[in-house]
Amino acid sequence: MVQPARQVARKRHARIMLWSLLIVLAGSMLLPLGGYVYVAVNGAQAAERESSNHPGVNPRANYWRAVREGERGYTSASGLYTTDSLIQNGGEIWRETRNGPVSNITPWVLAAALLAIALFYLIFGPKTLSGEPTGRRMLRWTAGERLLHWYTAILFIVLAITGLSMLFGRAVLVPLLGLPGFSVWAELSITLHNYIGPLFMVGIIIEVVVWLPFNTFKSYDKVWLKRLGGMFRKDDHPPAGRTNAGEKIWFWLIATLGLIGVCVSGLVLDFPNFGQTRATMQLANVLHASLAVIWIAISFGHIYLGTLGLKGTFQGMSKGYVDEQWMKEHHSVWYEQVKSGQAEARPGEAGQQAAVRPGTATPH
Amino acid sequence: MARMKFLCDAERCIECNGCVVACKNENEVPWGINRRRVITLEDGLPGEKSISVACMHCTDAPCAAVCPVDCFYTTADGIVLHDKDLCIGCGYCFYACPFGAPQYPQREAFGVRGKMDKCTFCAGGPLPDNSDAEYEKYGANRIAQGKLPLCAEMCSTKALLAGDGDVVADIYRQRILKRGGRPKTWGWETAYPEGEA
Repeated sequence: MVQPARQVARKRHARIMLWSLLIVLAGSMLLPLGGYVYVAVNGAQAAERESSNHPGVNPRANYWRAVREGERGYTSASGLYTTDSLIQNGGEIWRETRNGPVSNITPWVLAAALLAIALFYLIFGPKTLSGEPTGRRMLRWTAGERLLHWYTAILFIVLAITGLSMLFGRAVLVPLLGLPGFSVWAELSITLHNYIGPLFMVGIIIEVVVWLPFNTFKSYDKVWLKRLGGMFRKDDHPPAGRTNAGEKIWFWLIATLGLIGVCVSGLVLDFPNFGQTRATMQLANVLHASLAVIWIAISFGHIYLGTLGLKGTFQGMSKGYVDEQWMKEHHSVWYEQVKSGQAEARPGEAGQQAAVRPGTATPH
Repeated sequence: MARMKFLCDAERCIECNGCVVACKNENEVPWGINRRRVITLEDGLPGEKSISVACMHCTDAPCAAVCPVDCFYTTADGIVLHDKDLCIGCGYCFYACPFGAPQYPQREAFGVRGKMDKCTFCAGGPLPDNSDAEYEKYGANRIAQGKLPLCAEMCSTKALLAGDGDVVADIYRQRILKRGGRPKTWGWETAYPEGEA
């Protein structure tokens, strides 16, 4: 039987159509899966790059190393002092610093300051007036200034004693007082120190503001410094304004190291309620202790010069008045200014009275 | 004499906080003070690990080294305790401690913290063993009763181990042999440095 050519052609068309449909169907299902191949190949390549960059790294070891370095985690515990790091390494650094250099060097700083002052006193003795006292008094410090000075001075001494008790008490006072005895003293010390600190800071801020005008450096201060304030020669009296260059340095040390260093670090330690971290408080503690000891050491020099070291100085801060001769020798520039009327005896306070000018004050 | 140590097996801890609850209950720990806490690393991610942390009773305890009133002492069992009658609440032990163990009842202006409180390994304090005064200040004294800390006793997966360091290390060693992998005696190199008991 011969099939007609038309029939053959129709059969072929049907086959072609069937296969085309199958290819389209299979293709529409398989081709989208190609995305997976792409991702898989990409991932494998990335993994290979990764491993060739860091051969032999154990991810678990890295993980525990991060923990050892202070990595933080999550904790459901909540409390005032509850932390979320497994290990805090700063503590050991703080311990080594505080129990090491801070505790071991600072006593020598204080001892060296005292020894230097004692040696100076033994060798050179107190500085006395070159001329005869005139008996005429000049106002050196006003009542307000004296109040301010003694306010900070007394608080400073209390803070120094209580602060040093905290730093050296365990080594020095425990053998003397015993553990329970020293604990009572330490409790009192820390309480006084914590409450007096901010009051002291207020005093220091007022002092810096009030005494700033006459504590700026002038050209004659160079002469004073070059001659070391005339400390080592009997009748050497380099020029000075209301305060001499040495007093100005003391002023600026207090305004910088004292106020910014010691007082601010003290506030950080005093107010843990603001939630500062242990790391901040460790740093603040080391700064506070070491700078405060330097402050105390320099204060020894200040106290010596105000009392034993310079005859006639102490009454300037106790009674407010000094002898005209003292003023002439130790603060020559200011003396001239007051005498010529350029400066009042109380600089910075306009309109103060001439009653305190030399010659017009009542004899002492 | 035993050298008491804690060990938390990070492969076993499931962050159930059972140890925390046991501690708080046994020692009547005041609100806001956590003698023990569970810290979870990579929380919610693959490879998450939890560890229960308290005072590790260090060999060379940093808290004791920095205490200005020297109120810490180490018992014959190697447990680090402190005397709350001497403590002045200065916070130095909290600065120094690697594990964040020291806790205080308050945090107020002018450095007010109150007496420090921390894990005692359930060994009370310097007052007469198991007296009311001791319980009030330091919590339970299970050690004096021949028992181990309740946190570890209560641990449901036995992740937290407490007791003689040698025995604890042995148990942990057997686990490692069985399950393979590297040992991770977390915190031990910090608390118990090599060569020192």
